[in-house]
Parts: sequence; C-alpha cells; structure tokens
Amino acid sequence: MSLLQETWQAYTDPLNDGWGRTVEHIRLSLTALALATVAGVVLGITAAKVGRGAAVVVVTIGNLGRMVPTLAIIGIIVVFFPLGFWPAAIGLFLLGIPPILVNAYTGIRDVDPGAREASRGMGLSRRQVLTRVELPLALPLIVAGVRTSAVEIVATATLAGLVGAGGLGVLVLAGLGNNQTEVILAGAIPVAILAVLAELVFAGAERLATPRGLRITRGLATQRGTA
Amino acid sequence: MAALDPAPPGRGPAEVAAGVLELSDLTKRFSAHGRAAVDGISLTVPAGEVCVLIGPSGCGKTTAMRMINRLIEPTSGDIRLDGRSVRDFSPHQLRRRIGYVIQQVGLMPHLTVAANVATVPRLLGWDRERTRARTRELLDLIGLDPDEYGPRYPAELSGGQQQRVGLARALAGDPPLMLMDEPFSAVDPITRERLQNDFLRLHRAVPKTVVFVSHDIDEAVKMGDRVAVMREGRIVQYAPPAELLARPADDFVADFVGADRALKSLSLTRLEDLDLLPAPLVRAGDEVAAVRARLESGELEPLGGTVLVVDPGGRPAAWIPVARLEGQVRVPADAGQADPVLDRITTLRDALSAILESGAAYGTVVDGEGRVTGLVGLDEIGRAIRRPAEVA
Repeated sequence: MSLLQETWQAYTDPLNDGWGRTVEHIRLSLTALALATVAGVVLGITAAKVGRGAAVVVVTIGNLGRMVPTLAIIGIIVVFFPLGFWPAAIGLFLLGIPPILVNAYTGIRDVDPGAREASRGMGLSRRQVLTRVELPLALPLIVAGVRTSAVEIVATATLAGLVGAGGLGVLVLAGLGNNQTEVILAGAIPVAILAVLAELVFAGAERLATPRGLRITRGLATQRGTA
Repeated sequence: MAALDPAPPGRGPAEVAAGVLELSDLTKRFSAHGRAAVDGISLTVPAGEVCVLIGPSGCGKTTAMRMINRLIEPTSGDIRLDGRSVRDFSPHQLRRRIGYVIQQVGLMPHLTVAANVATVPRLLGWDRERTRARTRELLDLIGLDPDEYGPRYPAELSGGQQQRVGLARALAGDPPLMLMDEPFSAVDPITRERLQNDFLRLHRAVPKTVVFVSHDIDEAVKMGDRVAVMREGRIVQYAPPAELLARPADDFVADFVGADRALKSLSLTRLEDLDLLPAPLVRAGDEVAAVRARLESGELEPLGGTVLVVDPGGRPAAWIPVARLEGQVRVPADAGQADPVLDRITTLRDALSAILESGAAYGTVVDGEGRVTGLVGLDEIGRAIRRPAEVA
C-alpha cells in the first residue's frame, strides 16, 4: 500500500475524523479572518483619517505582528484563558490584523487627493467621500491584505491543535507523537490544500474588487512600463 | 456680456440664472497672530461675468476662492450669492449649487465619464431620466460624443478630455456660480489654448458667474471680464483687462502685467471683432466649369493663384492652385492643407502666434460649427492694432 493510500485511510479513519477536523480548521480560520478583517479595516480607516501620528502606530503594529510568533500569543492567551476554541481564534485574529490594517491604511491614504478635493467641493459629505470614493478605490488593496491574512491564518491554525481548539493540527500532533507519517500527512496535506485554496479564492476576489476604471489605469501603466 | 436673465427654456441647458457674487471685507487668518492670508477684500462679480483672481503664489487668491464654497471658513466678513449669505446654507447644500473645477481635475477613476458627470445631479436627487438627459447634453456641449465617451473611464481619456469632463461635471447641477482653480495649467500650451477657447464658447452658451484663479496674466486678460490682481492678501486693482493693461494702478501691477503690455493687449480682441478677408471658397465636388465661370465674372478672386476648398459642411479642406483644376471635371475633395484653422473666438495674440508658427500667409477663420467665415493675415491684425491709435 502506497503512502498516499495510507494517508487517505488515516484521513478517513473515524478515530482521526479528517473531515471533522477539516471543518473545525475552516471554521476557526474563517472566524479569526472575519474578526481580523473588521478590526483591520476599521482601525486602518481610523488611522488614515486621524493623520500623521497614526502612521507610526500602524507601522509599529504591522511590524510587531510580524515579529511576535503566533505560538507565543496563543501561549500567553492560554495562561489567562481556559483551553479551547476562543484562545486559538483570538491568537489567529491578532495574527491576521496587521496585513489588513496596513493595507486599509495605505489604500485610503493613497486615494488621489484631487478626487477627494473635487468630491468635497461638489458637496459630498465626509461619509459620502468615504463610502463612494475612498473605500471603492482602497478596496483592491484591502482585499489583498485579507488574502495575505487568510493564508497566514489557515497555515497557522494548525497550532490550534496544541490548545485544544481542534483543527487539522490535531492530526499532525497525533502523528508526530505516535511516529505515524501517514497521520502527519493526513493533517499536513489538507492544510496545504486549504492554504492554496484561500490564496486562489482571495486572488479572484481581488480581481472582482478592482473597479474596471482602475484595471485600465494599471493596464496603461504596464504598457508604458514595457514600452 | 452680463446675463441677468436666464436663457429661455428649451434653448441651451441654462435654466438657472447666473448669480451676483459679493465678497465684503473678507478676511482669513490661519493663526491668531499671523499675517492674514486674505486681508479684508471686497469685490462684486456681476451675474454672468468671469472674474479672474490673479497674483503671485501665496497672495491669497486660492484661499479667497475656497472661502466662497466654504472649503475654508472665513475669520470675518461675508460672502453673498444673489443677496443670500453663504452661511445661510449648510456647506454640502451650498457646494452642490456651486460648480467646482480644479487643476488636478479629480475625476473618480472607478466611475465612467457619464457617472462622473452625473455626480451632482445624483446628490441633488434628480430622477434617473433627467440625470441621463442632462449628462448627454453636457457631453455634447463639451464636444464629446455621449455614446462613445459616456461609458469610458477617465484613464482612457487624454488630459484635455479629462479637464473637459471636469468642466461638464461642474456644470451638471446647473449652478449659478462656478469656481475654477487654475483649471488649465496642468496641460500643454496647445491643449490649454483649446480648452480656454472651448470654455469661452461654453460660457457664451451657458453664462454662469465664474471666479477663476490663475497665475498667468495672459490667461487672465484672455478669460476675464474683470481681473482682480492680489498681493499679500489684498486686492491691488480690480478692473476690466483693457484698463489693467492701459492704466496699471501701481508699480506692482505694472510689473506683474509685464513690459510687453502692448503685445498683451492683442489678447483683448478676438478674430470675430475683425473685418476678415473674404475667402475664395470652392466646394469639393463642384463642377470645375462653374468655378471657371465664377473666376471669369470676378466673383471668385483667387489669393496668390489658389482657392480654398471646403467640404460639403463648409469646413476647410485644402488650398489648391487654380491651375490644378485644369483638366478636372469636379473640384477634388482633398489635397494639401488649410492650416492654421482658427476659431473666431481666438484672440489676436493666439492667432498671430499660430500664423507665424505655421508660416502660412493666412489663417482660416471658422465659426463654432467649423464653417469657414473668412481669412486673417498679418494685415488684418495690423489694422486692428492701429485702429485704436487712430481713434485716440
């Protein structure tokens, strides 16, 4: 029996419950991603509106997020909270914020000042400038941030197995503990597939989120670049 | 040129009358103890006139303009539009009634040209049909085919076309007042001249009161019914361009206007004010026999042995020598060129420059529809310059 077949057996074995773990993994990732998106977008917009001082904060948070390992965050949370779904979700949520926050901030800041000035001069309220001009123009970049976060969260959610939050990490840990390569793979391969799927889905979303008028701009820019 | 009455309904898009704009003792201090950016200026712009605010950078011209639509709140003083203080309106309500054109244009890159033009009508809550009709009307007015350009995106337009759309967008809500902040200074000189002429033509069709900020004295003389020269937050002189050139109020204005005042006064006269030379016109497709008959009767007098061929719409096609008609049955449709072609709204300065640049003896003058109305050469321009001198 090939290793692949053994892996498939381990995955479908009711004791390992590969499908159930996959569903847990996805649920945990989506929860963390949804919360991180809301927090990242709200904080990013706020920072962009508050002004220059906020840039320092955004950059610091962005760098901190990259420096502190999620495992450490989860460890710290576990010290203060009981084991389970939420400590893991909160750890992943914190991991997911920085890319979205930084992109939302940059996206709003990079909106053509002329378009903003003209909008205000034509009588759009601040809220209308945000919802009709700034957000549509920043959306592609925000979705790109969500895409980065999604892949990071899906991959890192494997650690959730350590703190009793379930997910495919449980299989990886069990396989490592019992020295069963096929069980490790039954956890690791679906994680890899999920990460690639997340990448593909959000890459598609990014295309959809890019208004036609902006795609043209980029097309022209590329043409000029190659000319 | 003042148009206190609105254009009659059904003729042109102007339904709202141009408004009288009054600034009184308007002051803006950005810090409590600093120098005032705008220092107690008062001026009145009659309805339908173009008032150019001009001065060196930092003179307060843009600040003064931005106070009119309350993008900046004045420290003291008042602004009235048709007798009502701008403070009687909320800033948003006010701005929807004031057209706004800026140097960077600021079209929404994610919206089509039509959607950009429809911005203010939508804010004003116009219904879909009225908004659509208005958008088409304005695109026509600025010379962009609504079916071709309406669905395009700003990135697909040239800089000149974008600024035209910016102009259409500012006119969409039919505002009684337009504010224009160096609207044509980001484009190349040839496009700028065309945009200026287009704007002047548009302004005749749709006479709005306009406040126009510029740093270019030539533009001010060309565009303004009145020019306010500003320095350090104050108005040094507020006068029609002819008076500004003839009698600068002080050395600062004289310096600013420049030493070549006489040359600049060429911008005060337009080709339509001149006695043009009649053009020896033949229509493409006319029978050569008929042309020959006109030549013999003396009705058609060739210039330097050539005649000007126009297309069936009366638009200039080419100069061709009479000799070339020998052996032909009909006047050929195209050969050679008729440059420079000048709109009759062109100033003498721009016309002179175009003629000198092209090396041609005559410029072909056309009306708003592009039909030939006559010819202009250095003699015609020279007579126009000498005429005031003879009167004086």
